[in-house]
Amino acid sequence: MFSVNFAIILPFIIAAFVPFIYRRFRFIHIGWFVMLVPITLFILLARLIPSVASGQTFTDTYQWIPTLDINFTTYLDGLSMIFGLLITGVGSLVILYSIFYLSTKESLQHFYVYLLLFMGAMLGVVFSDNLMVLYVFWELTSVSSFLLIAFWNHRKGSRLGAQKAMLITVSGGVAMLVGFIMLHTMTGTFSIREIISSISGFTDHALFMPAMILVLLGAFTKSAQFPFHIWLPDAMEAPTPVSAYLHSATMVKAGIYLVARFTPVFGGDQVWFWTVSIVGMITLFWGSFNAVKQTDLKALLAYSTISQLGLIMSLLGLGSVALHIGYSTESVIYTQATFAALFHMINHSTFKGALFMVVGIVDHGLGTRDIRRLGGLMALMPFTFTVAVIGSLSMAGLPPFNGFLSKEMFFAATVQISNADVFSLQTFGIVFPIVAWVASIFTFIYCMIFIFKTFLGPAQPEKLDKPIHEAPMGMLISPLILAAFVVGIFFFPNLLGNYILRPAMSSIYPTFGDAFNLTPSISAWHGVKPELLMTIGVVLVGAILYKILKKWKPIYGLFSQKYTFNTLYNNVLSLSEKGSGVVTRGYMTGFLKDYIAYIFGFFIIVVGGFLFYSGAFSMDISTNAPIRLYEVILVAVMAIAAFAMLFAKSRMTATLLNGVLGYSIAIFFVIFRAPDLALTQLVVESVTTALFLLAFSHLPDWKKEKTTIKTKWINGIISIAMGVLVMLIGLSVLNYNKFETISSYFEDAYELAGGANIVNAILGDFRGFDTMLEVVVLFIAGLGVYTMIKLKSEKGGDKE
Amino acid sequence: METLIILLIGILVTVATYLILSRNIIRVILGTAVFSHAVHLLILTMGDLKRGSVPLLKEAEAPYTDALPQALILTAIVISFAVTAFILVLAFRAYQEAGSDDLHELRGTNDE
Repeated sequence: MFSVNFAIILPFIIAAFVPFIYRRFRFIHIGWFVMLVPITLFILLARLIPSVASGQTFTDTYQWIPTLDINFTTYLDGLSMIFGLLITGVGSLVILYSIFYLSTKESLQHFYVYLLLFMGAMLGVVFSDNLMVLYVFWELTSVSSFLLIAFWNHRKGSRLGAQKAMLITVSGGVAMLVGFIMLHTMTGTFSIREIISSISGFTDHALFMPAMILVLLGAFTKSAQFPFHIWLPDAMEAPTPVSAYLHSATMVKAGIYLVARFTPVFGGDQVWFWTVSIVGMITLFWGSFNAVKQTDLKALLAYSTISQLGLIMSLLGLGSVALHIGYSTESVIYTQATFAALFHMINHSTFKGALFMVVGIVDHGLGTRDIRRLGGLMALMPFTFTVAVIGSLSMAGLPPFNGFLSKEMFFAATVQISNADVFSLQTFGIVFPIVAWVASIFTFIYCMIFIFKTFLGPAQPEKLDKPIHEAPMGMLISPLILAAFVVGIFFFPNLLGNYILRPAMSSIYPTFGDAFNLTPSISAWHGVKPELLMTIGVVLVGAILYKILKKWKPIYGLFSQKYTFNTLYNNVLSLSEKGSGVVTRGYMTGFLKDYIAYIFGFFIIVVGGFLFYSGAFSMDISTNAPIRLYEVILVAVMAIAAFAMLFAKSRMTATLLNGVLGYSIAIFFVIFRAPDLALTQLVVESVTTALFLLAFSHLPDWKKEKTTIKTKWINGIISIAMGVLVMLIGLSVLNYNKFETISSYFEDAYELAGGANIVNAILGDFRGFDTMLEVVVLFIAGLGVYTMIKLKSEKGGDKE
Repeated sequence: METLIILLIGILVTVATYLILSRNIIRVILGTAVFSHAVHLLILTMGDLKRGSVPLLKEAEAPYTDALPQALILTAIVISFAVTAFILVLAFRAYQEAGSDDLHELRGTNDE
């Protein structure tokens, strides 16, 4: 039995092998090998289509961190099936295309490793049932997207674009993570299926709304919704196959997936409805409006992608209203918005993928994608032109292409929703069809720009570096296949509807019973209805506006470049860079003294503060052991020696004073019934003193320290505070006898370890491992000493 | 007795801290040495002083003094010796390479 976990893991495994295979078979383009991965997975998934279509779902659990409720659980249902097929299907075509797009001179092993990483991560996002696992894969798609955008990392634009995409999508991802944790707090589970089945009891929970907003932030950043859309145009610095794959067909649809997946969780809520549909509508309009003014073909497609993503997003929002109303034969009509969303998403992947590949061909063959330098390519690039026309007209929503069908359904859904009698839609609902219609006009205009400015009109060979020529056959295969789908879906839409979209609908509306009712029969002709009239209007107005484009284009000059979201992003970025620079330089001085002072200061404030705050200090001298006179003398000797060290003029004196301290402690060890310690201390102290003296013969004499009075005072205060604090803690701990001592256990040393000396028995037996590691420390220190001296003598210095 | 020793520990910690905050590398190393003296005494004091007999089963009568702090200190003495030796040689090498034993002058500025 095919496991979905395997589908996620496979790309990662293959990615690990790519560099080796690349090295071994340099003469073959590594892409041929990599292409087998998505093809295999596509076939494996496609074999499951009939079972999924009949309502079956597949789950597989691999225990990961069960104590934290984090398991690698995969869930294959209708919704994830669509995405799985898109990821692997478009993935295969894109890799095929990339084989001809990227020459073997590029660092292909990196490219395909990143691409496989992305593919595995993206499959992980759509197949994971566990939210934590989903989050990990989600961020992994951002990381691989970052790597792919910056693939040509010698270009500044690539690096900046990658950074922008990373920062925006990852901040959204983190917000989403917080949302997931809130969901877990509410429902007690990370499993999406369990959340869906238990969420109805939590809609009044205080965390319900924050969780919804945070999850939406994740979805909106990833799917480039207004105002987070600014990363997508900059991401176009990536090689075109990447743009076609990540930034139009798959990764940017992760947000769509998330919204669709969470529709059963949050869908009945008014805030969800308004946020998703309004944000989607704004994105739809803003994207298409801005696409018109672009002169770079890829930027045009980027804005077009933003706009189309907004369209799908708003449809998901409109469709969620059905969950609010609840299941009835009347409310089924509203679910058609969701159906249209899924349908359009597939269509968008086909026509936009094809269009990106067309731009890639133009860019690759002619060295530019600036429409001011292009024109008249039709005659010399007939295949490319055909694909471009199919893709553009489908995008514009014209028959006989699949975009027409989903666009009609989109118009129908907006008209439908403006008649709904919930959420005061009867008053405000009219906004939806109007915005949809206006945005579609702009969509129509930029589609015309794409066709006419690039392929028609006079050719301008003098502005091109290379002669106009048709692309190699290999590069045309993938776009032609996609174009075939664009046309094929138009003629057989219900095949798609029944086998792919119907099971997905029942994933989004799990409470709606028979999914069959949710699947309308798609047809190109359904009589003269508002949606058809809207399409005709779009074509008429769009054509006129395209004709007089020059007259109204100055409108774009009205938008000041000072107040764009890009400026905001740049300012925030440079300000935070400057700010963190100032802060870091402020305290990272490079002086050991300062760092030590921070550590001590922190200790004094936190530990001392807590000691004071908790009132833990206590003192009781009544239980003290008696004091003899010679002990007082010894303490006095040590105290004097210690203070004398501070004022020692020569290093020799200081070292000897340290010796005095060490030997005095050895005497204390004798008094305090610790003969082993006394012996060890004597030996170690002797060797240490000798070592100091030895080192002195190689070190310069002490100079008078040039420290200011102020520094001395600060150091003095820190030192005294440390001393006092340690004293207070010591005194308090002495009085702390809430627990029995555990030492009595070791008094059986003779029976347990066969040693009469308890200390020795502890070191050599009870805590033998500790002693072994202690020896390791000694060994490493000795190794370090040896190496440092050895390194020097090799350079010809004197020996120690 | 314990209070007196803790007073001594306080003095040692004060001196050690002041030494560690100086600029001369040898003073810093001496500071760490004094610090470890203080800590050893502290650990021993926490196990109560001068109570019971030497923890040698065959040699003395019960009750024995607490043997656990002694085992800890024995480990600590050896480790602090190893570390002192290591940083001494490090200081010596740093002086060889950079020609200074002043931590302010040793501060690297090249990679900023």
